[in-house]
Amino acid sequence: MNKYSIIMERVVKRFEDVAAVDGVSFKVANGELFGLLGPNGAGKTTTVNILCGLLKPTSGSAFVGGYDVQKESAKVKELIGVCPQETAIYPYLTGAENVELFGNLYALDKNTLKARRDMLLVKMGLTQDAKRRVEKYSGGMKRRLSLILALIHDPQIIFLDEPTVGMDPQSRRAVWDFMGELKKEGKTIFLTTHYMEEAEALCDRVGIIDHGRLIALDSPKELISKNEVENLEEVFIKFTGRNIREEL
Amino acid sequence: MKFQRVAALTNKEVKKTVREPAVLFMIFLFPVVFVLAFGASFGGLGAAQPVYTLGVVNTDQANIANSTQAFMGALSDTKILSFQIYVDNQTAQKDLSQGKIQAVMIIPSVFSQSLVSYRAAPEDPSKWINVTVSLYLDKGSVVATQAIPPIIQQVITAFTDKNQQSASTPISLQIASLIETKKVSVFEFMAPGMFTFASIFLIMMVAQSFTQDRENGMLKRIRITPTTPTEFMTSQVLSYMLIALIQAIIVFAAVYLMGFKPNVEFSAYALAFTLVLIFSLSNVGYGLITATIAKTSGAATGLSFLFVLPQLFLGTFVGASLSSYAQIVSKFVPSYYVTDALTSLFLRGAAVTSPTILLDLAIVSISCVAILAVGIILYAKYYKI
Repeated sequence: MNKYSIIMERVVKRFEDVAAVDGVSFKVANGELFGLLGPNGAGKTTTVNILCGLLKPTSGSAFVGGYDVQKESAKVKELIGVCPQETAIYPYLTGAENVELFGNLYALDKNTLKARRDMLLVKMGLTQDAKRRVEKYSGGMKRRLSLILALIHDPQIIFLDEPTVGMDPQSRRAVWDFMGELKKEGKTIFLTTHYMEEAEALCDRVGIIDHGRLIALDSPKELISKNEVENLEEVFIKFTGRNIREEL
Repeated sequence: MKFQRVAALTNKEVKKTVREPAVLFMIFLFPVVFVLAFGASFGGLGAAQPVYTLGVVNTDQANIANSTQAFMGALSDTKILSFQIYVDNQTAQKDLSQGKIQAVMIIPSVFSQSLVSYRAAPEDPSKWINVTVSLYLDKGSVVATQAIPPIIQQVITAFTDKNQQSASTPISLQIASLIETKKVSVFEFMAPGMFTFASIFLIMMVAQSFTQDRENGMLKRIRITPTTPTEFMTSQVLSYMLIALIQAIIVFAAVYLMGFKPNVEFSAYALAFTLVLIFSLSNVGYGLITATIAKTSGAATGLSFLFVLPQLFLGTFVGASLSSYAQIVSKFVPSYYVTDALTSLFLRGAAVTSPTILLDLAIVSISCVAILAVGIILYAKYYKI
């Protein structure tokens, strides 16, 4: 396998006259937890969608797991797990049924599926509610279940698009801990967030994206020290002249 | 293609149908409630008065003074009947069973002699030669059954006794089919169309399902998995075929309880359910076309009626009362051919291998597969699967 799990090279994505992603290039090493930071509308989700093969870039190229996301999307889909920004879960199914559905979509055998389902439900604290229909879940429970759906097939490369949005502090902490465990297992994690403290606490490296352009890329520690500021929030202000929260 | 994925998605879709009250109502309860209520209360006929084709088997060899021609001329003057002449009853019955004609009239061998005997002694019934004109009716047409006998009876009376002075004549009309079998109720005439009717509402369900899943990001999420478009579409088609089959069974149970008990062989039932399954393909296709046009699930509900209503009014039991123009237009909707085939099978007693049934089956199969293909192509063009 390549040294890098994710490679983006001068990727541009235009929607009519608007460049949602404008010449973005970066590499994410195997086993790295990489954070893409930026306000809403900065181009984070568009970047994730390009890397998952959902969107075709206007120009440039992207590789995931060594495969071209456009030409070899079937291979890419086998490798990745994606937790999208919206809580996309079937409300009329129970939590366990949603997990089993996605396990079957990844063609897991019955025993593996059962073992992975039970383990992930325990980790996300949803075992007690697994047999309840999702329409009765709280927002935080839905987010945690959505994360399980992304991980049921034990993917090597994980895309988490704003995974903790709308979560209570307890749920957020549980997800952070879980991301730490995944990293220890050697998984590559691509995290998008607009929570600076989340990126600062979890990520090996972060890229700051604004108006579709990657304006900074380094480890949180280096970004903070090079820019002589206290935290990533201030790094963002230094680069853009705005507070990220003003954009929310 | 992995069957595991197709089965999982099919299972999910069926669970949705069973668990979501609105879907459950629209798919299963509404057709049944509507069918029972409408069937129970529908007592009248439409005002439309098309021309009926009457098959005539003339066994009157003597034909004194061209009596049979004159009689048929009198029938023709009503402007309601046209004629198809047959050399034997068997051929005429075959066409009747396939719905090509609406009735068969057998002119007896001594018809003209009977007329002569009456006209020679109109006031002395003992000198009359009594005969019976037999009439077989299309049991699949409520209008034909109720409209044709009185017309012929009236013409016989007027033709035999031009002055209409006698209380009786030697010529009587016997409605053979209604004598041989039990009287067919208005509800039973509608029953074949009710099978078609239930399945039509799948259009709305498919359109809503696709737009809802698009709105809440589920389709996008499934696209991220290794599920192929072929696997996904196969699962959708299989789900809705399964739902259509369950619908047909439920509707059949409902109409059976209401008294519709066709005396046909198992092969007729098998073909009927096969037709409903094939018909469900067109409804999935129309649903996909609707989902392509509609931006939201709310819009999909409204837009689906663009396809639901024509199928409903032109191709189901409602069609029995259509104007002649509407009947021409109805030839362009698949539901018409499903109802026609089911009517021929259940009410006319047509064989499953009869030309009319095979033609209906061919038209339904080709048109439904074509509509499904158009739906998939259009949807895939504007929204990736």
